[in-house]
Amino acid sequence: MSESLLEVKALKVHFPVKGGPLTRAKDYVRAVDEVSFTVAPGETVGLVGESGCGKTTLGRAVIRLIEPTDGQIVFEGEDLTRLNGAALRAHRRKFQMIFQDPYSSLNPWAKIESIIGEALDIHRLAPHRAARRQRVEQLLQDVGLDPAHAQRHPHEFSGGQRQRIGIARALAVEPRLIVCDEPVSALDVSVQAQIVNLLRDLQQQRGLAYLFVAHDLAVVRHISRRILVMYLGRIVEAGEAKSVCQSPKHPYTQALISAVPVVDPDSKRRRIVLAGDVPSPIHPPAGCPFHPRCPVAESRCKIDVPTLREVNPGHWVGCHLAK
Amino acid sequence: MPLLEIRKLQIDFGRSPNALRAVDGVSLSLEPGKTLCLVGESGSGKSVTALSIARLLASPPAVYAGGEILLEGREVLPLRAAELRQIRGGLVSYVFQEPGASLNPVFRIGRQIKEALQLHRPAAATDAEVVRLLKLVGIPAPETRMKSYPHELSGGMQQRVMIAMALAPQPKLLVADEPTTALDVTIQAQIIELLVQLRQQLGMAILLITHNLGIVGDIADEVAVMYAGQIVETAPARQLLQRPWHPYTQALMNSVPSLDSDTDRLTTIAGTVPRLGAFPTGCRFHPRCPRVQPECSQNSPPLVEVEPRRWVRCPYWNSPNLNNALLNHYERKSPRS
Repeated sequence: MSESLLEVKALKVHFPVKGGPLTRAKDYVRAVDEVSFTVAPGETVGLVGESGCGKTTLGRAVIRLIEPTDGQIVFEGEDLTRLNGAALRAHRRKFQMIFQDPYSSLNPWAKIESIIGEALDIHRLAPHRAARRQRVEQLLQDVGLDPAHAQRHPHEFSGGQRQRIGIARALAVEPRLIVCDEPVSALDVSVQAQIVNLLRDLQQQRGLAYLFVAHDLAVVRHISRRILVMYLGRIVEAGEAKSVCQSPKHPYTQALISAVPVVDPDSKRRRIVLAGDVPSPIHPPAGCPFHPRCPVAESRCKIDVPTLREVNPGHWVGCHLAK
Repeated sequence: MPLLEIRKLQIDFGRSPNALRAVDGVSLSLEPGKTLCLVGESGSGKSVTALSIARLLASPPAVYAGGEILLEGREVLPLRAAELRQIRGGLVSYVFQEPGASLNPVFRIGRQIKEALQLHRPAAATDAEVVRLLKLVGIPAPETRMKSYPHELSGGMQQRVMIAMALAPQPKLLVADEPTTALDVTIQAQIIELLVQLRQQLGMAILLITHNLGIVGDIADEVAVMYAGQIVETAPARQLLQRPWHPYTQALMNSVPSLDSDTDRLTTIAGTVPRLGAFPTGCRFHPRCPRVQPECSQNSPPLVEVEPRRWVRCPYWNSPNLNNALLNHYERKSPRS
């Protein structure tokens, strides 16, 4: 029995590409390919990468909002990929999700009380209406909102407040793990900081574990203990947040770090601007998937696919050239 | 003569007595070929200010209640529709936040760029010119890309197309309203670099609107910080980033997460931007200000030139005791365990 809360083993998510509605799959988008990692109880693992790298798909597949093609997801010792129906639903209480867009993830017709209360109803956590109302008000208070706001509709709130409502909804069923999918990308920087701090406080009070998906390494670093860097469906670097940010080994991570905006006008940081976009995951480049954009690629990078190796204790890199 | 000069602009929404003042006495000036960044949180009035330059705000509900906007010395507010059409695109072009929502989904991008050319430079409305523009904004294989529909492009590429379209009429001023907010940090860096490069190549001026002070250093010559409809600080970019004087500017700077700091908690600005029509009395920032003084809730401070080219709307900008208190406020962060 391992001590990890979540253990993902060689997870694959492939989407078929079809020529038409009745044709057979011509090809597959390898959105997530052979990804393995663990999340310990109460830990935050950050998952960073550009749009299209598969990080959102991975986040959703982990809690089976998207069906994985292959691999195992072991949550508290139970393989989620083998569960279905009621058994899976019973487990869903233990893992929840916070979505990126606080505008489209809340039902505009519903009052806040029913948005948050719905989760309580589904899992039968509130024996009667008064208890439900009390619980919703308590949750609103926990995320820094006025309990009286339970009777309002989503449009009456700002982006940051809506994201707090999304957090309250996720907390309602007392999960052990929350997958946060870009929870602050749509918010102003000043509000981002408030939400990140709130997530930290809640984690300390409740011993929550987070899988924190984002494209901004600076935000991820402040909340995560460990960071996974993803590129074209694969993990290319993994390690302690501090060592990944201070001594990144993979050229992709180095470029991501150099793209983080710096306020200090005298900063010595050299900007590595990556050319182009993430290539198509249908036909990923041969060899190292990063080699067409890599500033230091050699000839072997075009042929051999690098595997993750441990360069320092706990610090893994998928690059031929990393030392 | 400045390319753009805004003097004491006031913009209301709705008619009195229910008018809500979104922009309250904003003055800005931008020289040809320079970059001015207008910084502030959502709801501070920066987009409304930017849209008013080419009179793009729908009126009603917007009412230009006072002040003037001068483009190359010519007043914009009294212009008739036909004259405005020449200014829009011709002199001032816009790039907006969400490229996906700004492009027409049912037309190929080449055609959309050509439309901008037909309006302002009919003689140049050719495929060759479209290709040249796409190349200018760094789109690979422009000959094939011009036949793409917007949905076939990534967000970064869509934003490049928007920039190409904005550049088509060869404007003297490019207004970019949060052009990178919907994009990844890596793509954000690419777009900012592209804007810097285009400014050098084409010599146009840029008014960049953003909530992130982190991108200001890479592009701006001058910065104006807006809060609740008013300018609270303006300064040359370098000086502002090195020594911000208004407590709001300081708070904005501190809220940019840094990769180097070893703190657990990010610094936040307590509370939220006040809603339109519910601005506090006195200094509008006082309820959120970490160094608030008793009189701040009564006296509304004027914007004062405290050094050449540096204006601050805070009477306590230079009081050492308060600044020390502020430093303590920002350093009271627990070290990473």
